[in-house]
Amino acid sequence: MKILSSWLREYVPGIAVSDRELADDLTLRGIAVEGVFDLGAHGSLFEMDITTNRVDAMNHYGIAREAATIYGLELKLLDTSLPAARVAARPVSVSIEEPKLCGRFTARVLLDIRLTPSSGVVAERFRLLEQKPIFNAVDATNYVVLAMGQPTHAFDLDKLEGGIIVRRARNGEKLRTLDGVERLLDADDLVVADEKKALGLAGVMGGWDTMITPETRNVLVEAAWFDPGVVRRSSKRHLLHTDASHRFERGADFNAPPVASALVSRIILEAGGHPEGELVDVVVEEAVARTAKRASVSFSLGEVRRMLGPTEDAEGILAGTAEGILSGLGCGMANAGAESWSVTLPSWRLDLERGIDLVEEIARVYGYNRFRNTVPAFSGTVVELPWAGKESAVRATLLALGWNEAISSSFCASEDAARFVREPGAAVAIGNPLSEEAGMLRPSLLPGMLDMLALNISRDVEGTALFEMGTVFSGGPERVDERPSLGFGATGQAFGKQDVDFYELKGTVEALLGKFASRSAYFDHFPAASGPAALRLTPAWLHPGRSARAVLDGATVGWFGQLHPAEAERRKLKQAVWIGELWLDRLYRQGLRQPVVEELSRYQPVRRDFSLMLPDSVAYAKVAEALEGLAIPELRIFEPKEVLRGKMAAPAHYSLLLGVVFQSHERTLREEEVQGWSQQVVAALEALGGKLRA
Amino acid sequence: MQNDEIPPLSGWSEAELDRAFAAVAAEVEKSAASIRSPDDKEQFRLAWLGRKQGRLKAISDAWLKSAPAEAKKQIGQRFNTLKAEIEQRLEQAGAGSSDSALNAEAIDITLPGTRRKLGAEHPLIKTWNEIVAVFQRMGYSVGVGPEVETDYYNFESLNFPPGHPARDTQDTLVIVGQERKPLRDRLLMRTHTSPVQIRTMEQQPPPVRIIIPGKVHRNDAADATHYPIFHQVEGLCVDTNITFGDLKGTLDAAMKAFFGSSVKTRFFPSFFPFTEPSADVQISCPFCGGSGCRKCKQSGWIELLGCGMVDPAVFGFVSQKQSLYDPARISGFAFGMGIDRIAMMKYGIGDIGLLYSGDQRFLEQFA
Repeated sequence: MKILSSWLREYVPGIAVSDRELADDLTLRGIAVEGVFDLGAHGSLFEMDITTNRVDAMNHYGIAREAATIYGLELKLLDTSLPAARVAARPVSVSIEEPKLCGRFTARVLLDIRLTPSSGVVAERFRLLEQKPIFNAVDATNYVVLAMGQPTHAFDLDKLEGGIIVRRARNGEKLRTLDGVERLLDADDLVVADEKKALGLAGVMGGWDTMITPETRNVLVEAAWFDPGVVRRSSKRHLLHTDASHRFERGADFNAPPVASALVSRIILEAGGHPEGELVDVVVEEAVARTAKRASVSFSLGEVRRMLGPTEDAEGILAGTAEGILSGLGCGMANAGAESWSVTLPSWRLDLERGIDLVEEIARVYGYNRFRNTVPAFSGTVVELPWAGKESAVRATLLALGWNEAISSSFCASEDAARFVREPGAAVAIGNPLSEEAGMLRPSLLPGMLDMLALNISRDVEGTALFEMGTVFSGGPERVDERPSLGFGATGQAFGKQDVDFYELKGTVEALLGKFASRSAYFDHFPAASGPAALRLTPAWLHPGRSARAVLDGATVGWFGQLHPAEAERRKLKQAVWIGELWLDRLYRQGLRQPVVEELSRYQPVRRDFSLMLPDSVAYAKVAEALEGLAIPELRIFEPKEVLRGKMAAPAHYSLLLGVVFQSHERTLREEEVQGWSQQVVAALEALGGKLRA
Repeated sequence: MQNDEIPPLSGWSEAELDRAFAAVAAEVEKSAASIRSPDDKEQFRLAWLGRKQGRLKAISDAWLKSAPAEAKKQIGQRFNTLKAEIEQRLEQAGAGSSDSALNAEAIDITLPGTRRKLGAEHPLIKTWNEIVAVFQRMGYSVGVGPEVETDYYNFESLNFPPGHPARDTQDTLVIVGQERKPLRDRLLMRTHTSPVQIRTMEQQPPPVRIIIPGKVHRNDAADATHYPIFHQVEGLCVDTNITFGDLKGTLDAAMKAFFGSSVKTRFFPSFFPFTEPSADVQISCPFCGGSGCRKCKQSGWIELLGCGMVDPAVFGFVSQKQSLYDPARISGFAFGMGIDRIAMMKYGIGDIGLLYSGDQRFLEQFA
């Protein structure tokens, strides 16, 4: 919206500051001037951005009122005087059939007018505002909107057939509006009509048939107040957003119609003509109570100070300041005891209803930046979320191991939801999805993870390792459950010179589980080929032979492994992709592990390596079990140093280099002891079918 | 020490002994001069002082064996002197030639270091944690709530009545199959983290100080600055006698803690359904110090926060469950900011979509 500073100064002659300062002062009061353009001798043009709740300030007089209040100056009254009216032989009749939808309707008849191009102030201001003039009778209504915001309409009186009726449109009734479009109306539309036909869509746009033309000699000027709701609905339904509808939708000033009517008439009559009869003004009393005469608000300075606090130079807003601001804005201030008032609210400020609204007006006009910055005292304590430490531990571990954190969409495609959901049928659909690919709330972080890995592969990134910590959803329309989850995925040379493998993932999961206190943690798997169907738990998205379940204190906390080749093919992923998900809600049931330091031995460790050939059927877990079974306290550590299969090993066998460390807390070990234990180790491994290699 | 011959000795006179020892000393000096490396040094030590094959021992054995008894003392003294001299040379070789010796072991330090890959924290999480930490130090606890909310918590209790135009500004994603429920019970993706304010107050009597970071969703088409997903941090402070000045002072202190102590704040009137008075907050541009740059669009100021005093109507909704939230007795303020926007500004990220792409080339830059 464009505003002329010179026009503001006409209404508030006392403004002493420059246009630029005026613009800044208005902006700091929420009447935002976005741009100031110099018009030389004509002052400045302000480009405004007025918030939708301040429809009263979307015109020159409204902004002038703000300026007058800011500076404590007088706002000039609008000159509504008119040449004396002749007595009308037959006054216009106005009938409001829908008192809930039309609260006020004024009509004034002007006879023998002369249509000319606009001149003088009107023409000049139109030029400065880059608004195209048409001719005086039409320009007058537009000018008054710019001046004080009230929409009006001028009908060609000679085309009216009988008195004015404000009524609902009839279903199927037709009206050609000023833009030339023929509109099909229904009973939800409010129309201004004569006895024969609809003349205009109330509060939105006038009709074609009764518009002012160069032949028009007599006019009827309409200025009315329409219900915001009915105007909004008509405007929406007919896709017709006009200056008039914009204002009525947001609540126009109930007291403005007679003023606007006079201002429009003054301008038209400047070129000739006279008013015929006095203004016909039909007012619906019930609407007055909702608008112009709303209940007054009781209000005290104590409340202002309690909400706003000290100012730059006082312990709070002063009574005089509060009174000055509110009366400047148009409130009636009646004293009601010490530093308290009964405040009547201005008809043009339907946004003001409660005491807090008045507090805001005082803060706003006084200036937000003139309140002292204070910091409140606090007697409470800062509480951490119960899982905050666990979440940090998981994140820190993953970052330390070289995984990059990602965040992906909360949505996924329905076929992905079906594949990755934990319990069948528990995925939740979005009613108005952004796209088909985002039709479901993600039941798992893995669809998003796979999309991200695919993107990196397509961009030729050599190795990718990503994790995401986020919410997964399950349930249905009645109830949606949210759980924290951890998804991770890696492919290519993500951690070094070699491609990611299963053990890279397992190591990460071991490190994560190791952060939590537990009595037992283990990994297992259920190959698709073995066991009864009910026990084949491996999720369909995992390679059945290269995946594992992580179990902590008996509860499954997640799955990880190689993406199933069929799923990889469906996603056109040509290289091996390793993914997994840990259910953090389960993991977080455990406390964080508290390290308890083990006493360090002062005696020398003795290391022995055993090179073995073992049958493929003997998994490493069996080796570990056998060694633990020996129950030798001095056998401190054993670990597989190298595992070789294929050419290096016999058929159906693998070669294992097992490193063992013996150490005592009490003494230096003797050679014979170590020899004896080593023989026990070898015997235990031979019992499994292992053979010691030379 | 190619020469392992025993130098000739033609008599036992002191003069002859001096000559012979001088010749050996010259030999020592010559061989000491060629020491270049610790290896050379060890060679020299073994050649002259070695217990079994050392030249000094060989010479002394040879000479002493044939010497008459009266000359042995003379010879012994001279050997001691010579041995001391060799040891000194050895020591000097250690000190004097070390730099040149070590220089021979020089490596190419301009080759890149061997780096273990660090994982990178997501820039949004990093920013989120930084903002939360600032407020935790000011006495705020972290509050959280569900991402799927009811209409009541997301809108109604925050003073967005049904049909209110402010609802239109927050294009909402809804859960399927809600049509038959009463409006207040319908499930939707939360459009802001503000519902957590209500949930917290319902569960906890005043005073309240919470900071609420979280993911929110809107039915927005993606472009460079919009995405259907984004992150917000909101704060809420409720107590007796909380004032607008407290709101200003708190945010001013927080912005200084986050962006640096020279940052200034200024407040402009604004409108939010759940606060009154409401304000937009600008900070002086932390990148150019207020002189104008690309990041602040040459204005010297950046709009960063929305805030205001909690609207009494919001306390009205809360007091249906917690009667202590009586707007006549308590007051409070709330504020909110977009984590994405702050992170984008801070790290110079031009396209919000990068934050949600999982593109490792982008993420690695934050390691």
